[in-house]
Amino acid sequence: MQDLGRVGFSEEQGSLLEVATTFCREQSPIAKVRRLMEDETGHDPAVWTQIAELGWLGVAIPEDFGGSGLGLAEVAPIMEQMGRNLLSTAFASTTLAAQALIAGGTDAQRQAWLPKLATGTAATMALVEAGGDWNLEVVACEAQEAGAGRIRLSGQKFLVSDAAAAEAIITSVMWRGKPALVLIPATALPDGALRRETIIDETRRAYALSLDGIDLALDALLDTDLASATLAHVHLAANLLAAAEMCGGTQAAIDLTVEYAKTRKQFGQPIGAYQGVKHPLVDAYVQYEQARSHLYAAAHCFGEQGTGEIAVRMAKATADAVFAFASDRAIQFHGGFGFTWDCDAQLYRRRAIWHASQYGDAAWHRRKLADLLL
Amino acid sequence: MSEIDPKDLAAYAETADAWFRENVVRDPGFMLPLTFMEVGTDQQFHFLQDWQHKVWEAGYLGAAWPQAYGGRGLDQAFQNEATKAMRRHGGPIMLNAIGINWAGPLLLDIGSEAHKQTYLKGIVSAEDIWCQGFSEPEHGSDLGSAQTRAVRDGDSYVLNGSKIWTTLGRHAKYMILLCRTDPSAGRKYDGLSFILTPMTVPGVRTVPIRKLTGEHGFTQTFFTDARVPAEGLVGKEGEGWRVAMRTLEYERGARGGQAGGYVSVGSDAFEVVEMAKRMERAGAPALDDPLIRDRMVEFMIEIQSMSLCRQRLAVPALNTDHPAGLPLSFKLMATEFGRRVNEFAVSLTGARGAYYVGDERAVDDGIWTRAYLNAFSGTIGGGTSQIQHNIIGEHVLGLPKS
Repeated sequence: MQDLGRVGFSEEQGSLLEVATTFCREQSPIAKVRRLMEDETGHDPAVWTQIAELGWLGVAIPEDFGGSGLGLAEVAPIMEQMGRNLLSTAFASTTLAAQALIAGGTDAQRQAWLPKLATGTAATMALVEAGGDWNLEVVACEAQEAGAGRIRLSGQKFLVSDAAAAEAIITSVMWRGKPALVLIPATALPDGALRRETIIDETRRAYALSLDGIDLALDALLDTDLASATLAHVHLAANLLAAAEMCGGTQAAIDLTVEYAKTRKQFGQPIGAYQGVKHPLVDAYVQYEQARSHLYAAAHCFGEQGTGEIAVRMAKATADAVFAFASDRAIQFHGGFGFTWDCDAQLYRRRAIWHASQYGDAAWHRRKLADLLL
Repeated sequence: MSEIDPKDLAAYAETADAWFRENVVRDPGFMLPLTFMEVGTDQQFHFLQDWQHKVWEAGYLGAAWPQAYGGRGLDQAFQNEATKAMRRHGGPIMLNAIGINWAGPLLLDIGSEAHKQTYLKGIVSAEDIWCQGFSEPEHGSDLGSAQTRAVRDGDSYVLNGSKIWTTLGRHAKYMILLCRTDPSAGRKYDGLSFILTPMTVPGVRTVPIRKLTGEHGFTQTFFTDARVPAEGLVGKEGEGWRVAMRTLEYERGARGGQAGGYVSVGSDAFEVVEMAKRMERAGAPALDDPLIRDRMVEFMIEIQSMSLCRQRLAVPALNTDHPAGLPLSFKLMATEFGRRVNEFAVSLTGARGAYYVGDERAVDDGIWTRAYLNAFSGTIGGGTSQIQHNIIGEHVLGLPKS
């Protein structure tokens, strides 16, 4: 039988979890989350600076490139606590871009960019196209030879997270008939290449990116031989980070609802005394604990051939199912207040929808697991 | 506990593995029960009693219990290796479940020296079978309302009343009994006591209960002026509720001290996969059907969830918000999973799902249907799933009492 993964927890994960728990709670109270929703950038630059100073951006970057040489296993607890407090920054985007360079960048790209990404330069991935296909190898955008060692890009990318803050965008294109990845420095973007999109999760920022007319040197391409493997790696990394953020969000949605159920009274007693409220909350809680166990198994086994993919897909599938359920019930159990903008339940439900829409939802990952397991 | 030498542990594991490979009898020529609640015939009972005795004699049950009480005085890690070997070779279940998982750990924990001397060795060797007397005909999940009466008379208690769902009641030598010693106590919980009760004294009568599966395995137990020794009292008079709740924690796996082994073998999702490969839908293996594949994966994720949750429980830093959360959830997770996965398995058997144990056309001799029906013993016994929801909601999430 296949190894489906196991829970492991390093000392470093432990200390990062502890620090992140306090930091994210202090830096991201809900009033601030709501204030930043109205802000054009959506991020607090002071928090970003502190995240960089804490070394979190370099956690999964090798020491040779200015990181601390740990792995995504150690990023997971940070991401989880960010999710728990709806703390939005370009952290996940930058981490994914760094992963793309680690897995498939050229030596020159790694040397030029990884030390910067480790210390606070934001970057992101542009992988989604008009059709919204979760298969990252389905690419219509193109890179074509423009002579004199130059390439010219064309096509449209969508849902590019944190693109306005990013100093580098790594995008997928067809190059000589196969998918490839290209690093676009923000300085190479023509005016108006980015357009902010209206997205379901208002704590985040996403942009449409027009590649038309972007002109780059040939060495902007990542290692073309590694493109397929790099896309697969980024896909799993993105799902691991999403599962972490979702587990944190689920925990918060349950806490919020439990608190309300303890205090809100109807027909003479707290609504949490009614089993119609209590039992579904317990179902959400038990599923949350299961999803969190999957998360820390996926984090621990991430790099293992075969097992890593199974564990990550299970983690995203369970996190998606329970985040959707817990946040859906959070709205319902807040009653009339739950129907309002002011109730925080909607923030979690919207975020759950965002994450289900990116890099595959529960059913899609189960479909992939069926092929791996059955 | 002193440091374990990994070499000693590995050597022990290897010997245990060899022993189980040598000694496990998978097919004794009759259907073995999947859980200790399904022991319906004398043949099954004697086979399993002999098996537990043999495992104990070889040192692979109760290995972590003190030597003075029938154990081997080893670290729990050794017993865990033995249990793994038992499972690896498909060993039959341990019969004396209430003894090794409830009464034994309880007595080790808070029993008197006399209790330990008198009872523990018989428990682990399967010489003395134990049963549990908590539920009553009128009080299923509401144990605090138990009415079976115990009146102190000199060195004895005199018992009157009735207990129900007594697993192995017909075979048991002792019962852990929750009974009412003080009907006038202000809170109903304060009038209860916990007594180790011999089943062989006059005035104790057991009547078999036939289960929904058509089989036997439970009894109802009647007490009519049954006189039992007062030294069987665990804790003080009036502390029975607290002791009973502690006992349930051993059952739910929230406390250690269990003798090891296992008392049920669930059909897991992986066995269902193997079965689904043999079943057909429209001329193709059932496992080719996309909907069946999706549900199958859901069950595989879920069984992996439970395994991972047990692993995560060993990491205190990942259990800080609700330290009791996982332990109190395991019973609900496992029993509801067992019910649903067997129900799903039955649905895979097509028209043959209509057969039952005894018909030669039944898929795998009808074990799937029988396992589904028997799975309700898990979702109902030891506090129904609905009560588990209340327990988790109130004791873990801190929601107000229903």
